[in-house]
Amino acid sequence: MKLLIKNGTVIDPATDKPFQADVLCVDGKIAKMAENISSRGVKTIDATGCLLFPGFIDMHVHLREPGFEYKETIASGTRAAARGGFTGVAAMPNTAPVADNAAVIRFILEKAAQSGSSRVYPIGAITKGSQGKELAPMAEMKKAGAVAFSDDGHPVTNAYLMRQAMEYARMLKVPIISHCEDTALAAGGVMNEGYTATVLGLKGIPSAAEEIMVARDILLAEMTGCALHIAHVSTAGSVRLIRDAKRRGVPVTAEVTPHHFTLTEEAVLGYNTNAKVNPPLRTEADIEALKEGLADGTIDVIATDHAPHATHEKDKEFDYAPFGILGLETAVGLIFSELVDKGVLTLNQVACKCALNPARILGLPEKKLQVGSDADITIIDPNRREIVDPKDFVSLSSNSPFNGFTLKGLPVATILDGRITMQDRVPVSTTN
Amino acid sequence: MELRTKAEILDQVGIRRALTRIAHEIIERNKGVTNVALIGIRRRGVPLSIRLAERIKQIEGIEVPVGFLDITLYRDDLTRLDYHPHIYRTEVNFSVTDKIIVLVDDVIYTGRTVRAAMDAIMDLGRPKAIQLAALIDRGHRELPIRADYIGKNVPTSKKEIISLRIKEIDGEDSVLIQEPLRE
Amino acid sequence: MKHLLDLQNLAPDEINTILDNAVPMKQILNREIKKVPTLRGKTVVTLFYEPSTRTKTSFELAAKYLSADTVSISAPSSSVVKGESLIDTAHTIKAAGADVVVLRHPAAGAPYLISRRVDASVINAGDGMHEHPSQALLDIFTIKEIKGSIAGLKVVIVGDILHSRVARSNVWGLSKLGAEVHLVGPATLLPPGIENLGVQVSSDLDAVLPGADVIYVLRLQLERQNQGLLPSLQEYASLYGINSRRVELAQDDVLIMHPGPLNRGVEISNEVAEHPNAVINQQVTNGVAVRMALLYLLSVGDVSNETAN
Repeated sequence: MKLLIKNGTVIDPATDKPFQADVLCVDGKIAKMAENISSRGVKTIDATGCLLFPGFIDMHVHLREPGFEYKETIASGTRAAARGGFTGVAAMPNTAPVADNAAVIRFILEKAAQSGSSRVYPIGAITKGSQGKELAPMAEMKKAGAVAFSDDGHPVTNAYLMRQAMEYARMLKVPIISHCEDTALAAGGVMNEGYTATVLGLKGIPSAAEEIMVARDILLAEMTGCALHIAHVSTAGSVRLIRDAKRRGVPVTAEVTPHHFTLTEEAVLGYNTNAKVNPPLRTEADIEALKEGLADGTIDVIATDHAPHATHEKDKEFDYAPFGILGLETAVGLIFSELVDKGVLTLNQVACKCALNPARILGLPEKKLQVGSDADITIIDPNRREIVDPKDFVSLSSNSPFNGFTLKGLPVATILDGRITMQDRVPVSTTN
Repeated sequence: MELRTKAEILDQVGIRRALTRIAHEIIERNKGVTNVALIGIRRRGVPLSIRLAERIKQIEGIEVPVGFLDITLYRDDLTRLDYHPHIYRTEVNFSVTDKIIVLVDDVIYTGRTVRAAMDAIMDLGRPKAIQLAALIDRGHRELPIRADYIGKNVPTSKKEIISLRIKEIDGEDSVLIQEPLRE
Repeated sequence: MKHLLDLQNLAPDEINTILDNAVPMKQILNREIKKVPTLRGKTVVTLFYEPSTRTKTSFELAAKYLSADTVSISAPSSSVVKGESLIDTAHTIKAAGADVVVLRHPAAGAPYLISRRVDASVINAGDGMHEHPSQALLDIFTIKEIKGSIAGLKVVIVGDILHSRVARSNVWGLSKLGAEVHLVGPATLLPPGIENLGVQVSSDLDAVLPGADVIYVLRLQLERQNQGLLPSLQEYASLYGINSRRVELAQDDVLIMHPGPLNRGVEISNEVAEHPNAVINQQVTNGVAVRMALLYLLSVGDVSNETAN
């Protein structure tokens, strides 16, 4: 099977500069990159004016299957990934049952193989049932295909247990992904602590609730030598802690979400439950620090924390609505509008934060656009504009605070294994 | 809405004469004013009731109690309005029970204001009787209500507008009959 | 004005319109027949998800005095406890043909949610820690009734500011009308960022009281001690309780106010509760008048076209 992408500009951090080339994919691999490859008899995508990136990986996604198929399924979530320009997603284990054993990991991989529009990398739970009491069978899960371990959403509060988890994960050479939150300090909080929360009469979550756990987990990583990945960094203080740790050589990496680098706590005004997320949206100063962290390499990855919730769950009193924001289908537009256009990140850096670094952290095959590498390609038109309308989402849910935002710079085609999974903003069925 | 004045029905002198006559009629009908009180309906019934009380004092040497009534909360068209009528204070600082109450208003038209005023007074107590004085009766009653004392009967069409101006509120005394320039 | 959800977004003129309309309403309360037919045929639903006798009774009396029909839905007796969502309850209310919904709810913002779902006017009768606008309006009415005006008055609000919707609404309302508002409480009960509301914030009560025209005493929820916010009620009483000595520090004609119910001996001493300058009972009476004005203004006409009269 052949696919030719004509006239695009190739962004590959391995090469110094972007260059114009036609890319020919054959049987899932990049077979040839050159100018003016003949398109006779080959299915062709015209990528004039577009950028070709190594396939994007979103290393923080909630696919909700098994257990919450009314919010999202592996099929719908991977279709949303394809529409968003992603060729791979790492799935968090807070399903029902929790992905805390090899059987659930295998189930997810089988479902993904049947219906997936993107690669799915399961993340196993650190503790059984993510209860924070006993370690889950990490080695068995790794053998079944788990790429990392996390009790995302249910932070491991017991430092002793977290230490053991890190010792064990280091032995398996698999990273621990930590959702950093001191649950006692954050208890009852529903948004960032500060003036806005005070005026709205909502209980706040202070920055320190995140930073205390970032500090603890950095210390444990330093002590154990385990690769630690800090999920969804939201505060200036966390950025500082991670920067210092990296300087000391602690094996720590970190991610930020598009909503955390785009929106402040004021998105909550009017009790907008679509802006209710954990960690909460913070302040302008935090956004500045997050952007600095992205630019200087403190933050390695952009991941969405795609967290679908049904309308009836979000359409509630703010206190009672669940935390979570959809991410997959708006991420690239936000990265280009907020980071590339504003000069925060270069195109090479985008390739690193969205493809190369997630692959490296999760121990996946290297991501590059070179002859012989996997034909996973994200094609982005940096000038295309679109007004976000949740009605266009292919996700089963629509809990996005970006409704009505105009985004510039959008994925226009997604190539997975040499096949088109999305073209012209519409997912292409892959199950035939 | 632009208005054209068709005629002046009463001027300052005419209003004064009408009120003097009404004062005499009140005294006569009630055989004195020992048990009479006046209640002016806000807004233009208020100065009229004060003037009537002055005339009565000039004639009889007795100060009759005067009160003022805001009937907004008793209107039957409140829920059909697209604006908020301002509620003024009701000032009736005497007991209406067993008194002869003379309600004073500027113009009697449909009778709905008087109906509301009677209800409002009933909520204040149980008067011996309620009588009604109006400076102008322009007809077109929608309720079985009639005035006991009338300054002037003015047959009108429904299109026409009675513009009644009182010095204490409007700076001059006059009653005009007007109609809109265009339909 | 379609709803009364907060005082934050009310203009000073709108606040004054409500206060002005409460004056004739208060007259009705002093009559033998405390009833006018104004809202005949209108239905006022009180929907209380938290226990409250004062506010609920006050709204129900206000509605009855205006001849509205009242329907009361309270949490223990309705499907609320069966897990029916607020949205579903809103549909029920809609079906019942309510003209005004008076909502008390433990979650901040709940009145906004329901106002988007019903045709009826919604009055926020207290939502979580957010606002309690009708309480603040009756407080401001009471101050204005006695002091003549609000502008320039020094108002000291003492106590659990953190959890107090009454404090938030009073801060908005009093500030909009030109009062100088001081918030005083222990550091654990002062919400972060509150100073950005244009108020003075302090934990030293005795230093703030001199010159006070109004001392507004907030109710202290006794469970705050178990939540680690207070070492003991005794310590709270000694630092922030309003007693005779503290009243002496303020202006001679200082008003002492409290939204009720009182914890005598904790936030307010028995003596002060009975002090001649304490207007706590007057607040209750005025509450009915102010709520009558609110029901009138929300049920009749459209305040935006007032000039048409």
